[in-house]
Amino acid sequence: MTGEVMIFLVLATIAIFGALVMLNASKVIHMLLALVLTFLSIAGLYVMLSAEFVAVVQVLIYSGAISIMMIFGIMLTKHHHDAKERTYRSSQRGWLVGVAMVLFFGIMYVLIEGVNFGATAPDLHVENTKQIGLSLYSHYVIPFELVSIVLLVAFIGAILLAKREEDTE
Amino acid sequence: MTVHAFLLLAAALFALGLFGALTKRNTVIVLICIELMLNAVNLNLVAFSKFGVNPAITGQIFSLFSITVAAAEAAVGLAILIALYRNKATVQVEDMNEMKG
Repeated sequence: MTGEVMIFLVLATIAIFGALVMLNASKVIHMLLALVLTFLSIAGLYVMLSAEFVAVVQVLIYSGAISIMMIFGIMLTKHHHDAKERTYRSSQRGWLVGVAMVLFFGIMYVLIEGVNFGATAPDLHVENTKQIGLSLYSHYVIPFELVSIVLLVAFIGAILLAKREEDTE
Repeated sequence: MTVHAFLLLAAALFALGLFGALTKRNTVIVLICIELMLNAVNLNLVAFSKFGVNPAITGQIFSLFSITVAAAEAAVGLAILIALYRNKATVQVEDMNEMKG
Protein backbone atom coordinates (compact mmCIF):
# COMPACT_ATOMS: atom_id res chain seq x y z
CA MET A 1 0.00 0.00 0.00
CA THR A 2 1.61 3.24 -1.09
CA GLY A 3 1.42 6.46 0.85
CA GLU A 4 -0.91 8.00 -1.72
CA VAL A 5 -3.50 5.26 -1.28
CA MET A 6 -3.20 5.57 2.48
CA ILE A 7 -3.79 9.35 2.42
CA PHE A 8 -6.74 8.82 0.10
CA LEU A 9 -8.26 6.22 2.42
CA VAL A 10 -7.85 8.47 5.47
CA LEU A 11 -9.38 11.49 3.73
CA ALA A 12 -12.23 9.45 2.24
CA THR A 13 -13.00 7.92 5.64
CA ILE A 14 -13.09 11.36 7.25
CA ALA A 15 -15.38 12.66 4.49
CA ILE A 16 -17.85 9.78 4.79
CA PHE A 17 -17.66 9.96 8.60
CA GLY A 18 -18.50 13.68 8.55
CA ALA A 19 -21.46 13.10 6.25
CA LEU A 20 -22.76 10.26 8.46
CA VAL A 21 -22.41 12.37 11.62
CA MET A 22 -24.22 15.15 9.77
CA LEU A 23 -27.14 12.82 9.07
CA ASN A 24 -27.33 11.48 12.63
CA ALA A 25 -26.51 14.39 14.96
CA SER A 26 -29.36 15.75 17.04
CA LYS A 27 -28.40 19.42 17.19
CA VAL A 28 -28.34 21.55 14.05
CA ILE A 29 -25.03 23.21 14.89
CA HIS A 30 -23.33 19.83 15.34
CA MET A 31 -24.59 18.77 11.89
CA LEU A 32 -23.03 21.89 10.39
CA LEU A 33 -19.67 21.37 12.14
CA ALA A 34 -19.58 17.74 10.92
CA LEU A 35 -20.14 19.00 7.40
CA VAL A 36 -17.21 21.44 7.78
CA LEU A 37 -15.06 18.35 8.48
CA THR A 38 -16.27 16.80 5.22
CA PHE A 39 -15.53 20.01 3.30
CA LEU A 40 -11.98 20.17 4.69
CA SER A 41 -11.21 16.57 3.77
CA ILE A 42 -12.57 17.19 0.27
CA ALA A 43 -10.09 20.09 0.07
CA GLY A 44 -7.35 17.59 0.94
CA LEU A 45 -8.56 15.33 -1.88
CA TYR A 46 -8.32 18.31 -4.26
CA VAL A 47 -4.66 18.71 -3.30
CA MET A 48 -4.17 15.01 -4.11
CA LEU A 49 -5.73 15.63 -7.52
CA SER A 50 -3.19 18.45 -8.12
CA ALA A 51 -5.82 21.18 -7.86
CA GLU A 52 -4.23 23.39 -5.21
CA PHE A 53 -6.12 26.53 -6.18
CA VAL A 54 -9.49 24.78 -6.07
CA ALA A 55 -8.52 23.36 -2.66
CA VAL A 56 -7.84 26.84 -1.27
CA VAL A 57 -11.10 28.10 -2.79
CA GLN A 58 -12.89 25.17 -1.18
CA VAL A 59 -11.48 26.02 2.26
CA LEU A 60 -12.29 29.74 1.85
CA ILE A 61 -15.76 29.47 0.32
CA TYR A 62 -17.22 26.27 1.75
CA SER A 63 -15.49 25.83 5.11
CA GLY A 64 -15.39 29.58 5.64
CA ALA A 65 -18.09 31.63 3.99
CA ILE A 66 -20.96 29.21 3.42
CA SER A 67 -20.59 27.59 6.85
CA ILE A 68 -20.59 30.96 8.61
CA MET A 69 -23.63 32.01 6.57
CA MET A 70 -25.45 28.82 7.56
CA ILE A 71 -24.49 29.37 11.22
CA PHE A 72 -26.05 32.85 10.94
CA GLY A 73 -29.14 31.23 9.45
CA ILE A 74 -29.30 28.81 12.38
CA MET A 75 -28.80 31.53 14.99
CA LEU A 76 -31.39 33.88 13.47
CA THR A 77 -34.09 31.21 13.54
CA LYS A 78 -35.44 29.17 16.41
CA HIS A 79 -34.85 25.43 16.45
CA HIS A 80 -36.91 23.16 18.64
CA HIS A 81 -34.94 21.10 21.09
CA ASP A 82 -37.55 18.36 20.97
CA ALA A 83 -36.80 17.89 17.29
CA LYS A 84 -34.64 14.88 18.06
CA GLU A 85 -37.31 12.25 17.59
CA ARG A 86 -38.82 14.15 14.68
CA THR A 87 -35.62 14.18 12.66
CA TYR A 88 -37.12 12.19 9.84
CA ARG A 89 -40.44 13.26 8.40
CA SER A 90 -41.71 9.75 8.89
CA SER A 91 -39.82 6.53 9.42
CA GLN A 92 -41.54 4.92 6.44
CA ARG A 93 -40.39 7.69 4.15
CA GLY A 94 -36.89 7.51 5.65
CA TRP A 95 -36.68 3.78 4.92
CA LEU A 96 -37.95 4.23 1.38
CA VAL A 97 -35.45 6.97 0.60
CA GLY A 98 -32.68 4.97 2.29
CA VAL A 99 -33.37 1.90 0.17
CA ALA A 100 -33.52 4.09 -2.94
CA MET A 101 -30.16 5.66 -2.10
CA VAL A 102 -28.55 2.25 -1.50
CA LEU A 103 -29.90 1.14 -4.89
CA PHE A 104 -28.58 4.34 -6.46
CA PHE A 105 -25.15 3.78 -4.98
CA GLY A 106 -25.18 0.15 -6.10
CA ILE A 107 -25.99 1.12 -9.67
CA MET A 108 -23.28 3.79 -9.61
CA TYR A 109 -20.82 1.23 -8.20
CA VAL A 110 -21.52 -1.21 -11.04
CA LEU A 111 -21.22 1.58 -13.61
CA ILE A 112 -18.02 3.03 -12.14
CA GLU A 113 -16.28 -0.29 -11.44
CA GLY A 114 -14.60 -0.80 -14.80
CA VAL A 115 -13.87 2.85 -15.54
CA ASN A 116 -10.28 3.63 -16.41
CA PHE A 117 -9.45 6.19 -19.06
CA GLY A 118 -5.75 5.46 -18.94
CA ALA A 119 -4.68 9.07 -19.36
CA THR A 120 -3.26 11.20 -16.56
CA ALA A 121 -2.58 14.91 -16.79
CA PRO A 122 1.18 15.28 -16.17
CA ASP A 123 1.56 19.00 -15.52
CA LEU A 124 -1.53 20.22 -13.65
CA HIS A 125 0.41 20.80 -10.43
CA VAL A 126 3.10 22.94 -12.14
CA GLU A 127 2.11 26.57 -11.51
CA ASN A 128 -1.49 25.53 -11.03
CA THR A 129 -2.77 29.01 -10.18
CA LYS A 130 -1.03 30.51 -13.20
CA GLN A 131 -2.57 27.91 -15.51
CA ILE A 132 -6.03 28.62 -14.09
CA GLY A 133 -5.52 32.37 -14.39
CA LEU A 134 -4.31 32.19 -17.99
CA SER A 135 -7.19 29.96 -19.00
CA LEU A 136 -9.77 32.01 -17.10
CA TYR A 137 -8.71 35.33 -18.61
CA SER A 138 -8.21 34.13 -22.17
CA HIS A 139 -10.44 31.24 -23.13
CA TYR A 140 -13.15 31.57 -20.47
CA VAL A 141 -13.34 35.35 -20.07
CA ILE A 142 -16.99 35.68 -21.13
CA PRO A 143 -18.28 32.95 -18.75
CA PHE A 144 -16.15 34.57 -16.05
CA GLU A 145 -17.84 37.96 -16.54
CA LEU A 146 -21.27 36.32 -16.78
CA VAL A 147 -20.77 34.48 -13.50
CA SER A 148 -19.83 37.75 -11.79
CA ILE A 149 -23.14 39.21 -13.03
CA VAL A 150 -24.91 36.13 -11.65
CA LEU A 151 -23.28 36.70 -8.25
CA LEU A 152 -24.20 40.39 -8.24
CA VAL A 153 -27.84 39.72 -9.14
CA ALA A 154 -28.11 36.86 -6.63
CA PHE A 155 -26.72 38.91 -3.75
CA ILE A 156 -28.89 41.94 -4.51
CA GLY A 157 -31.85 39.57 -4.68
CA ALA A 158 -30.86 38.00 -1.36
CA ILE A 159 -30.63 41.41 0.32
CA LEU A 160 -34.03 42.41 -1.06
CA LEU A 161 -35.59 39.12 0.06
CA ALA A 162 -34.20 39.29 3.58
CA LYS A 163 -34.99 43.01 4.07
CA ARG A 164 -37.87 43.98 6.32
CA GLU A 165 -40.84 45.14 4.31
CA GLU A 166 -42.24 47.74 6.71
CA ASP A 167 -40.57 50.65 4.91
CA THR A 168 -42.34 50.08 1.57
CA GLU A 169 -45.04 52.69 0.84
CA MET B 1 -4.55 5.96 -7.60
CA THR B 2 -7.12 5.43 -10.32
CA VAL B 3 -10.13 7.52 -11.20
CA HIS B 4 -12.74 5.10 -9.95
CA ALA B 5 -11.78 5.45 -6.29
CA PHE B 6 -12.57 9.17 -6.49
CA LEU B 7 -15.75 8.51 -8.45
CA LEU B 8 -16.92 5.99 -5.85
CA LEU B 9 -16.28 8.43 -2.99
CA ALA B 10 -18.16 11.16 -4.87
CA ALA B 11 -21.09 8.80 -5.53
CA ALA B 12 -21.23 7.87 -1.84
CA LEU B 13 -21.19 11.53 -0.76
CA PHE B 14 -23.86 12.35 -3.35
CA ALA B 15 -26.09 9.52 -2.11
CA LEU B 16 -25.68 10.63 1.52
CA GLY B 17 -26.48 14.23 0.59
CA LEU B 18 -29.54 13.23 -1.43
CA PHE B 19 -30.74 11.07 1.46
CA GLY B 20 -30.43 14.03 3.84
CA ALA B 21 -32.10 16.45 1.43
CA LEU B 22 -35.09 14.12 1.02
CA THR B 23 -35.58 13.09 4.65
CA LYS B 24 -34.52 15.99 6.89
CA ARG B 25 -37.20 18.33 8.17
CA ASN B 26 -35.03 21.36 8.96
CA THR B 27 -34.62 23.79 6.08
CA VAL B 28 -31.04 24.75 6.98
CA ILE B 29 -30.03 21.09 6.97
CA VAL B 30 -31.72 20.53 3.62
CA LEU B 31 -29.70 23.46 2.24
CA ILE B 32 -26.38 22.14 3.52
CA CYS B 33 -27.24 18.66 2.19
CA ILE B 34 -27.62 20.28 -1.22
CA GLU B 35 -24.18 21.85 -0.70
CA LEU B 36 -22.80 18.38 0.05
CA MET B 37 -24.23 17.06 -3.23
CA LEU B 38 -22.67 19.98 -5.13
CA ASN B 39 -19.34 19.17 -3.46
CA ALA B 40 -19.53 15.58 -4.64
CA VAL B 41 -20.10 16.79 -8.18
CA ASN B 42 -17.12 19.17 -7.90
CA LEU B 43 -14.97 16.25 -6.76
CA ASN B 44 -15.96 14.40 -9.94
CA LEU B 45 -15.07 17.41 -12.07
CA VAL B 46 -11.62 17.78 -10.51
CA ALA B 47 -11.01 14.01 -10.76
CA PHE B 48 -11.86 14.06 -14.46
CA SER B 49 -9.56 17.05 -14.95
CA LYS B 50 -6.66 14.83 -13.81
CA PHE B 51 -7.68 11.34 -14.96
CA GLY B 52 -10.28 11.96 -17.69
CA VAL B 53 -10.30 11.01 -21.35
CA ASN B 54 -8.84 14.39 -22.22
CA PRO B 55 -7.10 15.62 -19.05
CA ALA B 56 -6.78 19.40 -18.93
CA ILE B 57 -7.21 22.38 -16.61
CA THR B 58 -10.83 22.83 -17.88
CA GLY B 59 -12.32 20.61 -15.19
CA GLN B 60 -10.85 22.78 -12.44
CA ILE B 61 -12.17 25.96 -14.14
CA PHE B 62 -15.61 24.39 -14.37
CA SER B 63 -15.53 23.42 -10.70
CA LEU B 64 -14.67 27.05 -9.82
CA PHE B 65 -17.75 28.21 -11.76
CA SER B 66 -19.94 25.67 -10.00
CA ILE B 67 -18.57 26.75 -6.58
CA THR B 68 -19.55 30.34 -7.47
CA VAL B 69 -23.07 29.36 -8.46
CA ALA B 70 -23.35 27.25 -5.28
CA ALA B 71 -22.42 30.28 -3.17
CA ALA B 72 -25.11 32.35 -4.91
CA GLU B 73 -27.63 29.55 -4.39
CA ALA B 74 -26.80 29.31 -0.68
CA ALA B 75 -27.22 33.08 -0.23
CA VAL B 76 -30.60 33.19 -1.98
CA GLY B 77 -31.78 30.05 -0.18
CA LEU B 78 -30.86 31.49 3.19
CA ALA B 79 -32.58 34.82 2.36
CA ILE B 80 -35.76 32.93 1.44
CA LEU B 81 -35.45 30.99 4.71
CA ILE B 82 -35.17 34.24 6.75
CA ALA B 83 -38.13 35.80 4.92
CA LEU B 84 -40.25 32.68 5.48
CA TYR B 85 -39.24 32.52 9.14
CA ARG B 86 -40.31 36.13 9.59
CA ASN B 87 -43.76 35.37 8.15
CA LYS B 88 -44.42 31.90 9.54
CA ALA B 89 -42.02 31.52 12.52
CA THR B 90 -41.00 28.02 11.51
CA VAL B 91 -38.05 26.34 9.80
CA GLN B 92 -39.67 22.95 9.25
CA VAL B 93 -40.11 22.13 5.58
CA GLU B 94 -43.54 20.53 5.89
CA ASP B 95 -44.97 23.74 7.38
CA MET B 96 -44.00 25.60 4.22
CA ASN B 97 -46.97 24.57 2.13
CA GLU B 98 -48.41 27.93 1.10
CA MET B 99 -48.38 27.04 -2.59
CA LYS B 100 -50.02 23.66 -2.14
CA GLY B 101 -53.22 23.41 -4.20
